[in-house]
Amino acid sequence: MVHFTAEEKAAVTSLWSKMNVEETGGEALGRLLVVYPWTQRFFDSFGNLSSPSAILGNPKVKAHGKKVLTSFGDAIKNMDNLKTTFAKLSELHCDKLHVDPENFKLLGNVLVCVLAHHFGKEFTPQVQAAYQKVVAGVANALAHKYH
Amino acid sequence: MSLTKTERTLIVSMWAKISTQADTIGTETLERLFLSYPQTKTYFPHFDLHPGSAQLHAHGSKVVAAVGDAAKNIDNIGAALSKLSELHAYVLRVDPVNFKLLSHCLLVTLAARFPADFTAEAHAAWDKFLSVVSSVLTEKYR
Repeated sequence: MVHFTAEEKAAVTSLWSKMNVEETGGEALGRLLVVYPWTQRFFDSFGNLSSPSAILGNPKVKAHGKKVLTSFGDAIKNMDNLKTTFAKLSELHCDKLHVDPENFKLLGNVLVCVLAHHFGKEFTPQVQAAYQKVVAGVANALAHKYH
Repeated sequence: MSLTKTERTLIVSMWAKISTQADTIGTETLERLFLSYPQTKTYFPHFDLHPGSAQLHAHGSKVVAAVGDAAKNIDNIGAALSKLSELHAYVLRVDPVNFKLLSHCLLVTLAARFPADFTAEAHAAWDKFLSVVSSVLTEKYR
Protein backbone atom coordinates (compact mmCIF):
# COMPACT_ATOMS: atom_id res chain seq x y z
CA MET A 1 0.00 0.00 0.00
CA VAL A 2 1.23 3.49 -0.85
CA HIS A 3 1.91 5.79 2.04
CA PHE A 4 2.09 9.56 1.54
CA THR A 5 3.86 11.91 3.92
CA ALA A 6 2.18 15.16 4.92
CA GLU A 7 4.57 17.07 2.66
CA GLU A 8 3.74 14.86 -0.32
CA LYS A 9 0.00 15.30 0.21
CA ALA A 10 0.44 19.06 0.53
CA ALA A 11 2.53 19.25 -2.66
CA VAL A 12 0.05 17.17 -4.60
CA THR A 13 -3.12 18.97 -3.50
CA SER A 14 -1.57 22.40 -3.85
CA LEU A 15 -0.60 21.83 -7.48
CA TRP A 16 -3.92 20.11 -8.24
CA SER A 17 -5.87 23.11 -6.96
CA LYS A 18 -4.16 25.34 -9.54
CA MET A 19 -4.94 23.04 -12.42
CA ASN A 20 -7.65 23.29 -15.05
CA VAL A 21 -8.91 19.72 -14.94
CA GLU A 22 -10.83 19.96 -18.20
CA GLU A 23 -7.88 21.30 -20.23
CA THR A 24 -5.27 19.11 -18.59
CA GLY A 25 -7.41 16.01 -19.03
CA GLY A 26 -7.85 16.64 -22.73
CA GLU A 27 -4.14 17.38 -23.11
CA ALA A 28 -3.07 14.25 -21.23
CA LEU A 29 -5.39 11.89 -23.08
CA GLY A 30 -4.54 13.56 -26.39
CA ARG A 31 -0.81 13.20 -25.83
CA LEU A 32 -1.27 9.57 -24.81
CA LEU A 33 -2.90 8.90 -28.19
CA VAL A 34 -0.17 10.85 -30.04
CA VAL A 35 2.90 9.54 -28.22
CA TYR A 36 1.66 5.93 -27.96
CA PRO A 37 -0.55 5.53 -31.03
CA TRP A 38 -1.42 1.93 -30.23
CA THR A 39 -3.54 3.25 -27.34
CA GLN A 40 -5.98 4.48 -30.00
CA ARG A 41 -7.25 0.91 -30.13
CA PHE A 42 -9.68 1.72 -27.32
CA PHE A 43 -11.19 4.69 -29.10
CA ASP A 44 -12.46 3.53 -32.49
CA SER A 45 -15.68 5.45 -31.93
CA PHE A 46 -13.94 8.77 -31.38
CA GLY A 47 -13.76 9.81 -35.02
CA ASN A 48 -10.80 11.67 -36.46
CA LEU A 49 -7.52 10.62 -34.79
CA SER A 50 -5.48 10.93 -37.97
CA SER A 51 -2.91 13.52 -36.81
CA PRO A 52 -1.67 15.15 -33.61
CA SER A 53 -3.72 18.29 -34.26
CA ALA A 54 -6.81 16.21 -35.09
CA ILE A 55 -6.37 14.25 -31.87
CA LEU A 56 -5.76 17.25 -29.62
CA GLY A 57 -8.68 19.14 -31.18
CA ASN A 58 -11.07 16.19 -31.13
CA PRO A 59 -14.07 17.04 -28.90
CA LYS A 60 -14.57 13.40 -27.82
CA VAL A 61 -10.94 13.20 -26.73
CA LYS A 62 -11.34 16.40 -24.73
CA ALA A 63 -14.57 15.23 -23.12
CA HIS A 64 -13.16 11.85 -22.23
CA GLY A 65 -9.94 13.37 -20.98
CA LYS A 66 -11.96 15.58 -18.66
CA LYS A 67 -13.85 12.53 -17.36
CA VAL A 68 -10.65 10.60 -16.71
CA LEU A 69 -8.91 13.44 -14.93
CA THR A 70 -11.96 14.28 -12.82
CA SER A 71 -11.82 10.72 -11.63
CA PHE A 72 -8.13 11.20 -10.91
CA GLY A 73 -9.21 14.09 -8.72
CA ASP A 74 -10.98 11.53 -6.53
CA ALA A 75 -7.60 9.92 -6.01
CA ILE A 76 -6.18 13.23 -4.80
CA LYS A 77 -8.98 13.45 -2.22
CA ASN A 78 -8.44 9.85 -1.08
CA MET A 79 -4.72 9.33 -1.29
CA ASP A 80 -4.68 6.92 1.66
CA ASN A 81 -7.45 4.80 0.26
CA LEU A 82 -6.84 4.36 -3.45
CA LYS A 83 -7.76 0.67 -3.74
CA THR A 84 -11.20 1.19 -2.22
CA THR A 85 -11.77 4.41 -4.15
CA PHE A 86 -11.08 2.73 -7.49
CA ALA A 87 -12.54 -0.75 -6.84
CA LYS A 88 -15.59 -0.29 -9.06
CA LEU A 89 -13.60 1.44 -11.81
CA SER A 90 -11.08 -1.39 -11.67
CA GLU A 91 -13.80 -3.96 -12.32
CA LEU A 92 -15.13 -1.82 -15.16
CA HIS A 93 -11.72 -1.54 -16.84
CA CYS A 94 -11.23 -5.30 -16.62
CA ASP A 95 -14.65 -6.72 -17.35
CA LYS A 96 -16.19 -4.17 -19.70
CA LEU A 97 -13.38 -2.07 -21.16
CA HIS A 98 -10.71 -4.80 -21.40
CA VAL A 99 -7.85 -2.36 -20.89
CA ASP A 100 -4.35 -3.75 -20.33
CA PRO A 101 -3.17 -2.22 -17.02
CA GLU A 102 0.07 -1.24 -18.73
CA ASN A 103 -1.95 1.61 -20.22
CA PHE A 104 -2.57 3.10 -16.77
CA LYS A 105 1.19 3.49 -16.35
CA LEU A 106 1.51 5.11 -19.77
CA LEU A 107 -1.23 7.62 -19.01
CA GLY A 108 0.19 8.34 -15.58
CA ASN A 109 3.56 9.24 -17.06
CA VAL A 110 2.02 11.34 -19.81
CA LEU A 111 0.08 13.22 -17.12
CA VAL A 112 3.35 13.88 -15.27
CA CYS A 113 4.85 15.28 -18.50
CA VAL A 114 1.80 17.51 -19.02
CA LEU A 115 2.05 18.83 -15.46
CA ALA A 116 5.77 19.56 -15.97
CA HIS A 117 4.94 21.28 -19.24
CA HIS A 118 2.28 23.42 -17.63
CA PHE A 119 3.94 24.28 -14.33
CA GLY A 120 7.59 24.49 -15.42
CA LYS A 121 9.96 25.24 -12.54
CA GLU A 122 7.16 24.82 -10.02
CA PHE A 123 7.08 21.14 -10.94
CA THR A 124 10.21 20.49 -8.91
CA PRO A 125 11.85 17.08 -8.56
CA GLN A 126 10.16 16.78 -5.17
CA VAL A 127 6.70 17.54 -6.56
CA GLN A 128 7.33 15.12 -9.42
CA ALA A 129 8.29 12.37 -6.98
CA ALA A 130 5.03 12.87 -5.08
CA TYR A 131 3.05 12.73 -8.31
CA GLN A 132 4.88 9.62 -9.47
CA LYS A 133 3.68 7.96 -6.28
CA VAL A 134 0.12 9.09 -6.95
CA VAL A 135 0.04 7.87 -10.55
CA ALA A 136 1.64 4.57 -9.56
CA GLY A 137 -0.90 4.19 -6.76
CA VAL A 138 -3.80 4.92 -9.11
CA ALA A 139 -2.43 2.49 -11.72
CA ASN A 140 -2.13 -0.25 -9.08
CA ALA A 141 -5.58 0.48 -7.69
CA LEU A 142 -7.13 0.30 -11.15
CA ALA A 143 -5.40 -3.03 -11.81
CA HIS A 144 -6.22 -4.44 -8.40
CA LYS A 145 -9.54 -6.10 -9.27
CA TYR A 146 -8.33 -7.67 -12.50
CA HIS A 147 -8.85 -11.39 -12.80
CA MET B 1 11.21 1.21 -34.73
CA SER B 2 13.01 3.92 -36.68
CA LEU B 3 12.74 7.68 -36.68
CA THR B 4 10.96 9.49 -39.52
CA LYS B 5 12.53 12.51 -41.23
CA THR B 6 10.16 14.83 -39.40
CA GLU B 7 11.04 13.28 -36.07
CA ARG B 8 14.76 13.60 -36.78
CA THR B 9 14.33 17.29 -37.65
CA LEU B 10 12.41 17.88 -34.42
CA ILE B 11 15.09 16.17 -32.34
CA VAL B 12 17.99 17.95 -33.97
CA SER B 13 16.44 21.40 -33.73
CA MET B 14 15.49 20.93 -30.10
CA TRP B 15 18.95 19.59 -29.34
CA ALA B 16 20.44 22.89 -30.53
CA LYS B 17 18.51 24.65 -27.74
CA ILE B 18 19.14 21.92 -25.16
CA SER B 19 22.88 21.92 -25.71
CA THR B 20 23.13 25.45 -24.30
CA GLN B 21 21.80 24.17 -20.95
CA ALA B 22 23.16 20.65 -21.22
CA ASP B 23 24.87 20.50 -17.84
CA THR B 24 21.95 21.73 -15.75
CA ILE B 25 19.54 19.55 -17.70
CA GLY B 26 21.67 16.51 -16.94
CA THR B 27 21.87 17.33 -13.24
CA GLU B 28 18.12 18.00 -12.99
CA THR B 29 17.30 14.77 -14.83
CA LEU B 30 19.35 12.71 -12.41
CA GLU B 31 17.89 14.55 -9.41
CA ARG B 32 14.43 13.71 -10.66
CA LEU B 33 15.44 10.10 -11.27
CA PHE B 34 16.84 9.55 -7.79
CA LEU B 35 13.90 11.23 -6.05
CA SER B 36 11.11 9.56 -8.03
CA TYR B 37 12.81 6.17 -8.35
CA PRO B 38 15.04 5.72 -5.29
CA GLN B 39 15.95 2.19 -6.37
CA THR B 40 18.08 3.71 -9.15
CA LYS B 41 20.48 4.97 -6.50
CA THR B 42 21.68 1.39 -6.06
CA TYR B 43 23.86 1.89 -9.12
CA PHE B 44 25.69 4.76 -7.42
CA PRO B 45 26.84 3.63 -3.97
CA HIS B 46 30.16 5.32 -4.68
CA PHE B 47 28.60 8.74 -5.39
CA ASP B 48 27.57 11.67 -3.24
CA LEU B 49 24.03 12.12 -4.53
CA HIS B 50 23.05 15.23 -2.58
CA PRO B 51 21.76 18.12 -4.70
CA GLY B 52 24.72 20.28 -5.65
CA SER B 53 27.16 17.38 -5.54
CA ALA B 54 30.01 17.70 -8.02
CA GLN B 55 29.74 14.03 -8.93
CA LEU B 56 26.04 14.40 -9.72
CA HIS B 57 26.82 17.39 -11.90
CA ALA B 58 29.65 15.62 -13.73
CA HIS B 59 27.60 12.51 -14.32
CA GLY B 60 24.58 14.46 -15.50
CA SER B 61 26.78 16.22 -18.04
CA LYS B 62 28.10 12.90 -19.27
CA VAL B 63 24.62 11.48 -19.75
CA VAL B 64 23.29 14.48 -21.66
CA ALA B 65 26.46 14.64 -23.76
CA ALA B 66 25.81 11.05 -24.84
CA VAL B 67 22.22 11.92 -25.75
CA GLY B 68 23.70 14.79 -27.74
CA ASP B 69 26.03 12.42 -29.58
CA ALA B 70 23.04 10.36 -30.55
CA ALA B 71 21.20 13.48 -31.74
CA LYS B 72 24.20 14.68 -33.74
CA ASN B 73 24.50 11.26 -35.37
CA ILE B 74 20.83 10.58 -35.59
CA ASP B 75 21.16 8.67 -38.84
CA ASN B 76 23.44 6.14 -37.19
CA ILE B 77 22.91 6.05 -33.46
CA GLY B 78 24.18 2.48 -33.26
CA ALA B 79 27.62 3.47 -34.50
CA ALA B 80 27.78 6.65 -32.42
CA LEU B 81 26.97 4.85 -29.15
CA SER B 82 28.72 1.57 -29.87
CA LYS B 83 31.35 1.99 -27.13
CA LEU B 84 28.73 3.08 -24.61
CA SER B 85 26.64 0.09 -25.59
CA GLU B 86 29.52 -2.24 -24.76
CA LEU B 87 30.15 -0.42 -21.50
CA HIS B 88 26.56 -0.90 -20.39
CA ALA B 89 26.47 -4.54 -21.46
CA TYR B 90 29.75 -5.77 -20.01
CA VAL B 91 30.67 -3.38 -17.23
CA LEU B 92 27.72 -1.36 -15.92
CA ARG B 93 24.98 -3.93 -16.54
CA VAL B 94 22.23 -1.54 -15.58
CA ASP B 95 18.93 -3.40 -15.68
CA PRO B 96 17.07 -2.41 -18.89
CA VAL B 97 14.02 -1.18 -17.00
CA ASN B 98 16.04 1.79 -15.78
CA PHE B 99 16.51 3.26 -19.24
CA LYS B 100 12.76 3.93 -19.37
CA LEU B 101 12.91 5.65 -15.99
CA LEU B 102 15.82 7.89 -17.00
CA SER B 103 14.20 8.67 -20.37
CA HIS B 104 10.98 9.69 -18.61
CA CYS B 105 12.85 12.00 -16.23
CA LEU B 106 14.68 13.61 -19.14
CA LEU B 107 11.34 14.17 -20.89
CA VAL B 108 9.92 15.78 -17.75
CA THR B 109 12.98 18.06 -17.52
CA LEU B 110 12.59 19.10 -21.15
CA ALA B 111 8.85 19.71 -20.70
CA ALA B 112 9.48 21.93 -17.69
CA ARG B 113 12.29 23.93 -19.33
CA PHE B 114 11.10 24.25 -22.93
CA PRO B 115 7.33 24.72 -22.75
CA ALA B 116 7.06 26.35 -26.16
CA ASP B 117 9.03 23.58 -27.88
CA PHE B 118 7.57 20.59 -26.04
CA THR B 119 4.58 20.18 -28.33
CA ALA B 120 2.76 16.84 -28.59
CA GLU B 121 4.78 16.09 -31.75
CA ALA B 122 8.06 16.92 -30.02
CA HIS B 123 7.01 14.84 -27.00
CA ALA B 124 6.33 11.87 -29.27
CA ALA B 125 9.59 12.32 -31.21
CA TRP B 126 11.71 12.57 -28.07
CA ASP B 127 10.00 9.61 -26.42
CA LYS B 128 10.71 7.55 -29.53
CA PHE B 129 14.29 8.84 -29.88
CA LEU B 130 15.13 8.03 -26.26
CA SER B 131 13.58 4.62 -26.77
CA VAL B 132 15.92 4.04 -29.72
CA VAL B 133 18.90 5.22 -27.66
CA SER B 134 17.88 2.82 -24.87
CA SER B 135 17.62 -0.06 -27.35
CA VAL B 136 21.10 0.66 -28.67
CA LEU B 137 22.50 0.74 -25.13
CA THR B 138 20.96 -2.62 -24.23
CA GLU B 139 21.44 -4.39 -27.54
CA LYS B 140 24.58 -6.27 -26.49
CA TYR B 141 23.19 -7.42 -23.14
CA ARG B 142 22.70 -10.99 -24.28
